[in-house]
Amino acid sequence: MRDNAVISPAPGVTQPLVKMVNIHKSYGGVTALNGVDFVVGNNEIVGLIGDNGAGKSTLIKVLTGVEKQGEGKIYWKGKEIEKHTVENSRNMGIETVFQDRALAEKQNIWRNLFMGREMTYGRTGFIKVEESKKEAINLLKKMIGFTQSGLTPNLGVMGLSGGEKQGIAIARALYFDAELIILDEPTNNLSISETNKVLNFVKWAKEQGKSCIFITHSIYHVYSVAERFVVLDRGNTVGEFLKKDISLDGLVEKLEYVAKHGVLA
Amino acid sequence: MLEKIKLKIIESRLQLSILGVLIIVFVLFAIGNPRTFLSYRIYYAFMSTIPFAAILALSLTPVVILGEMDLSFPSVMGFCAWAFAAVFNQTSNIYTAFVVSLAVGLIAGFINSVLIVRVGIPSLVVTIGMMFLWRGLVMIASGGLGLSLVKTQGTILYKALVGRIGGEVPAQAVWAVAIAVLYGLILNRHRFGAHVLYSGDDAVSAKMMGVNVERVKTIVFMQVGVCAAFAGILVTLEVLYFWPSTGEGYLMKSLASVFIGGTTVFGGTGTIFGTFIGAIIMGSLEAGIVSSGISGFWTQFIFGLVIVLSLTIYAYMSKRLSLGRGLIRSIKSLFGRVEK
Repeated sequence: MRDNAVISPAPGVTQPLVKMVNIHKSYGGVTALNGVDFVVGNNEIVGLIGDNGAGKSTLIKVLTGVEKQGEGKIYWKGKEIEKHTVENSRNMGIETVFQDRALAEKQNIWRNLFMGREMTYGRTGFIKVEESKKEAINLLKKMIGFTQSGLTPNLGVMGLSGGEKQGIAIARALYFDAELIILDEPTNNLSISETNKVLNFVKWAKEQGKSCIFITHSIYHVYSVAERFVVLDRGNTVGEFLKKDISLDGLVEKLEYVAKHGVLA
Repeated sequence: MLEKIKLKIIESRLQLSILGVLIIVFVLFAIGNPRTFLSYRIYYAFMSTIPFAAILALSLTPVVILGEMDLSFPSVMGFCAWAFAAVFNQTSNIYTAFVVSLAVGLIAGFINSVLIVRVGIPSLVVTIGMMFLWRGLVMIASGGLGLSLVKTQGTILYKALVGRIGGEVPAQAVWAVAIAVLYGLILNRHRFGAHVLYSGDDAVSAKMMGVNVERVKTIVFMQVGVCAAFAGILVTLEVLYFWPSTGEGYLMKSLASVFIGGTTVFGGTGTIFGTFIGAIIMGSLEAGIVSSGISGFWTQFIFGLVIVLSLTIYAYMSKRLSLGRGLIRSIKSLFGRVEK
């Protein structure tokens, strides 16, 4: 039972950037996704909302190639993706800021920034260490507004604050000039000012013509930046709203109802 | 400029401290027996014996960085040495023997990696099994008998592997240094080395960022096999004889070299330079102790002391505590006065 069964991007958006159709995924006997449809338009900010265990992170893992779906198809710019791996999703232009930030904590900042996509001298595989460090410092200073003095790209990630770690994860998405940036619970455990930085980043991404999926279970943050909200519950899409059609209070009300009943009224 | 030097020192404090330990050990040797340790002969001896354990230790370093373990390498080394000697005795062609032996090492490493990566058996456990299995195969294949390799003398490969360069420098020392330089470059400057670090640090994150952790592990275990074979060939050529016990005695020494070098069992960090220095320390202690006039009975005790002391230094370093402050704190805590 869909409240609003439009599997379509917001008005004014033509060709969708990503289209996921009828995605199923289960772990052992537990169904995590039960036929989910999900669409992101060009230059669209979508809020993916749902309680813990709704299947948000699983959906993203399927989209980014970390996990393989049991059933269903994924289209990128209208073309079906055949062999989906993390590497090829990053090459297509999908960057993810994962919930646990996907950092290697004992490695230093520059190594974390380029993890999985090192700057190398062509096909020799040897890393351009000096250039990577320079690029790292530029990124962190200019784009994330890292102002902490004494910050060097050789610093280990382990000692950084939550906001700084999130900054690195976001800088990574920035550097590779992704068309679709996925933020999985990006404001978890962040202070108010750090949260604002993340929200500003999403607004900046919109201005740059990028698309964004903002995943969260706290809708207060996402409401201010997203244009469309997709609600997941227990592996199903239960609702889809355009921001212009629903107030923050209205959305909260709907979510509370979903949490109780598993469907929308 | 001064800042930069300071930073460099902080960054490489691990390497500097192991270098410090090496210097201290050799200064003590030189004081204990200046006649031996101020002449070239002893260093010549070290250069001919240390490379075998050093090459093994170098190949184990990425394994430890991955947070894994390999205990099968001494037996793989034994079996590859047998393959080398047996093929040479059959064909009289040292090149065929060399290639076959390395290939056997590669396959042994591949079998380990399949059992660890695909089947999912913890490496510590499965390599104990493989340790017995390969040693058993050496015994079955050789019938417990050695094989002579005297006829390899005079071949170019023999000279290239264990000859004496200019009559003075054992070739195996050059090989060990070359492998150390290559491994250092790969670990610190190559994409593959970076992937080893990521995989050992946080395999889940590495996977999410597109690192093929399984492939990395497979290659790392395979190179241990190849290095074990290479060390096996070197050691049999050096003594011109294959013994069925070839490889025994290298297990603890090689692993200890990795650990006193500063690579930790927790994975994610490690140093090739440290391992290389560690191997020199482990390989020279015994000769140093004996020639310093200390009774040979002290050897094991001093081995243990060096290992435990260096590990203690690293543990405090990783906590960013000075050794002195750390020790004072430990002593205070004994008396129940713990400060925050």
